[in-house]
Amino acid sequence: MTVTDGIRSDQQGLAETGPAEFVSGPWQDSINLRDFIQRNYTPYLGDASFLAGATERTTGIWAKLSAMFPVEREKGVYDIDATTPSSITAHKPGYIDKDNEVIVGLQTDAPLKRAIMPFGGWRMVATSLETYGYPVSPELETIFTDYRKTHNTAVFDVYPPGVRRARSSHLITGLPDAYGRGRIIGDYRRVALYGIDALIAGKKNDRAELDMEPSTEDIIRAREENSEQIRALKELAQMAASYGSDISKPATTAKEAVQWLYFAYLGAVKEQNGAAMSFGRNAAFLDAYIERDLAAGTLTEEGAQELIDDLVIKLRIVRFLRTPEYDEIFAGDPTWVTESLAGIGEDGRPLVTKTAFRFLQTLYNVGPAPEPNLTVLWSDKLPEGFKRFCAQVSIDTSAIQYESDELIRNEMGDDAAIACCVSPMRVGKQMQFFGARVNAVKALLYSINGGKDEVSGKQIAPATAPNTDEVLDYDTVFPAYLETLEWLAETYVTALNCIHYMHDKYAYERLEMALHDKEIIRTLACGIAGLSVVADSLSAIKYATVRPVRDETGLVVDYTVEGEFPTFGNDDDRVDVIAVDVMERFMTMIRKHPTYRDAIHTQSILTITSNVVYGKATGNTPDGRRKGEPFAPGANPMNGRDTHGMLASALSVAKLPYSEAQDGISLTNTVVPSGLGHTKDEQITSLVGLLDAFTSATGYHLNVNVLNKETLEDAMLHPENYPQLTIRVSGYAVNFVRLTREQQMDVISRTFHSH
Amino acid sequence: MTAINLGFPSVACPVVVEHVDLSVDVADEISALNDVDRKAELHTLEMKAIRDGTVASVHSWELVTAVDGPGTRMTLFLSGCLLRCQYCHNPDTWKMRDGLVTPIDDLVARMTRYLGVFKATNGGLTISGGEPLMQPAFVKRMFKEAHALGVHTTLDTSGYLGKSASDELLDNVDLVLLDVKSGLPETYKKVTGRELAPTIAFGDRLAERNIPVWVRFVLVPGLTDAVDNVEAVVDIVAGWPNVQRVEVLPFHQMGEDKWDRLSIPYPLHGVHPPENDVLNRVRGQFEARGLTVF
Repeated sequence: MTVTDGIRSDQQGLAETGPAEFVSGPWQDSINLRDFIQRNYTPYLGDASFLAGATERTTGIWAKLSAMFPVEREKGVYDIDATTPSSITAHKPGYIDKDNEVIVGLQTDAPLKRAIMPFGGWRMVATSLETYGYPVSPELETIFTDYRKTHNTAVFDVYPPGVRRARSSHLITGLPDAYGRGRIIGDYRRVALYGIDALIAGKKNDRAELDMEPSTEDIIRAREENSEQIRALKELAQMAASYGSDISKPATTAKEAVQWLYFAYLGAVKEQNGAAMSFGRNAAFLDAYIERDLAAGTLTEEGAQELIDDLVIKLRIVRFLRTPEYDEIFAGDPTWVTESLAGIGEDGRPLVTKTAFRFLQTLYNVGPAPEPNLTVLWSDKLPEGFKRFCAQVSIDTSAIQYESDELIRNEMGDDAAIACCVSPMRVGKQMQFFGARVNAVKALLYSINGGKDEVSGKQIAPATAPNTDEVLDYDTVFPAYLETLEWLAETYVTALNCIHYMHDKYAYERLEMALHDKEIIRTLACGIAGLSVVADSLSAIKYATVRPVRDETGLVVDYTVEGEFPTFGNDDDRVDVIAVDVMERFMTMIRKHPTYRDAIHTQSILTITSNVVYGKATGNTPDGRRKGEPFAPGANPMNGRDTHGMLASALSVAKLPYSEAQDGISLTNTVVPSGLGHTKDEQITSLVGLLDAFTSATGYHLNVNVLNKETLEDAMLHPENYPQLTIRVSGYAVNFVRLTREQQMDVISRTFHSH
Repeated sequence: MTAINLGFPSVACPVVVEHVDLSVDVADEISALNDVDRKAELHTLEMKAIRDGTVASVHSWELVTAVDGPGTRMTLFLSGCLLRCQYCHNPDTWKMRDGLVTPIDDLVARMTRYLGVFKATNGGLTISGGEPLMQPAFVKRMFKEAHALGVHTTLDTSGYLGKSASDELLDNVDLVLLDVKSGLPETYKKVTGRELAPTIAFGDRLAERNIPVWVRFVLVPGLTDAVDNVEAVVDIVAGWPNVQRVEVLPFHQMGEDKWDRLSIPYPLHGVHPPENDVLNRVRGQFEARGLTVF
């Protein structure tokens, strides 16, 4: 096998040049990152005292960028290269401060200069350029409208009318039919561990196998993809060479490992404007190289921290050109450079390394920031020192999120990473067809109105008998709701099949997929928005007296509620079972419909920041929520209705079974610092306890903000004083001052748990 | 939605209590009886149940962290209190008849549900109020149940009804959060409308039994912040070797909207939270006697 040969010869080379060889194993015979990590990483059980602060060099680089951020915030973009369609090799090398950068590489030839990526859709490019006052090249417009079909055009060629109706009525929103789907994690580590030559050799082996198969449609497509992958790998080597690096062979030092890993990622973000361009699970991998260099005396702790600091600085300035409408759904210019840290290995050893600490330390060395989206795979079995450091960082920065290591490991093993906010996948072995989400609240209102939209009055879902009762009866409303959901599930899967067929065809992620195995698992990631509004509305109908208010056309436009009813978020089974029931049933309905490329059906309970736009488009609801009022984000209880404390709120959400939402269940909670205790030490202990309690109760995801409301209010008034104020919103973090006023108000109106 | 969400079907019927303990003044509660025209028989049953402690009049429950004892607590707020503290931020817990009569079995079931939480956070059960010692039979039973499940127990009380707490009740108390609302009897009376002496007597009893105590003192500018009043609190507390910490809680205005909603005139309208230097001075007064202050 060529892969083997390439690697073995290099390992022999390493032995001659100094550093100790890595422990050998099956990873040398075929691509197997997990095996490499398991044999070569060093678990770290201590505390944070070994960490090094920022060097002057690091601070200097960050200061250069920081000086550019206010302009970017003001204009929306710092600069755009409006005439060069981006590719792995399209732009000349770019630097922030060439002489001082330890890790190099930018998406274009200058920092914060955004590239255009027209393969997803020309309209998005043109609109963005117009928005920010840049000329739209007539030549490119001709190319990407007349000559080169885009993903966006292709999808609309094949959408059936039902999908178009559901889309334009905001029943299904945020679909990746006009932008890159993202949520694919290339196994960027492969470039560092094996080098490009070995990876190409491996792909050629795959090709040889494919050539022996009969030329069916699937096989022909796979061959074409394989060719594209090989091309992308060659381009990646070219791009690295333009920065003076030869990445054809394996990395030999920690610095090379970090650099080559980053080049691989950089290639991906030069090529794809995916909604979420996540980074993977790299800390333990890099740590093996760092430990080796530290032991050899060729690297110091300060130097190791500089590598990670510089890498993180680069990850912080990944930028995509997007439209204001896009920002409404994904506020704050997120890129979801999610890095998954820690967790416990299948053999019981914690996957906590010093480099996991180093990643977190960047939040001190270069201040808090939303990206990379640092995600801790939490288990109560993590070493105490690491747990406490995580809690400390959360309290100090509100910049990290937590996901249940147990739930993910049991399903996907110990080399899985989070894409975007909450979507777990086996690195290099699994990808998803991102499907945004449906508005489950609107669907409920449709079922009451016989399939008509409660705002426009248009018939959107198939016509059914509208509810004519004076008082809503649960036993009438619920079956009608299920009927509407059945139709919605079918329409939704249809939309996603159309989208992903065309995305593969017109905007294939060549490089990211080159860093995957030949045979991969694909999931079709559906999603629900507004689950807590649905649960509360159904609870109101069941436990209180809800009377529909009809307009002159008979359309139900409002509801009056008499009496009390239990609300989601109080660990109250009466209503929590309704939420569980709805999500389980919808998952079952989704599963009935065949998927493109036999993707496995999954769903998430996640909204990103679209809870605001969804709410805006949705009329009055039976739970008393007013028309236009935002939904709660993700699986969150509605603002202010979770009155039994932060943990009771979390325990309601923890009842949603992960088995029926394997693409993740998102919960965002905000607690004021004093709500965790008097002293820092006490606060840390409390937060560790809360995380342990939540994950032990099968909670899946928790965004933790430790903030005072006053801080946010002051930041709205004086944004200039809070350039790095970071808050977690829904599976990711944002610079608070970069949210729209509306979104800022939404965040401030959320429940602040004071005790 | 505002009432208690226990997640179990409960008797949703207001209750009136004739008296709680013969030794204490329950005039407010008795006077309430005249106003109410209820089904007499049901009444009698409920009152008997409260006296037996097989039910409690509950205002609400919450899972709280780091304020009502160590770790994350299931805090039960019972209804009914004889004190009328000017700074009370839960005036909606004053009347026992406003609570929801809840069977102890429901509450034990909920506590059992949180065994994992208590273990993960080193937390436990806290009974607060209102004044939990208005319903001593229930408190006794509930703490006994908690201990049977290995759950840490905390009693949050003003100590005014300390006499109602039997030795048997105290046998199952792991920690007492004791409000010493003022050190000078006349200030105490002004703040709460009641006498200081019972609280001191209860504190002495806890000291004799060596039950750990966290003392709480709410610092209200113009009301409790006088140097001699604070010094008097310090004198009292310093005599109790079982005090593990003193929490000096700066007064805040977060309770005012509740007073407004209940249409009770709010005596502290317009009062500001204490300045930092006053807060530091008061903390210093406690620290000067070797007490651990938060």
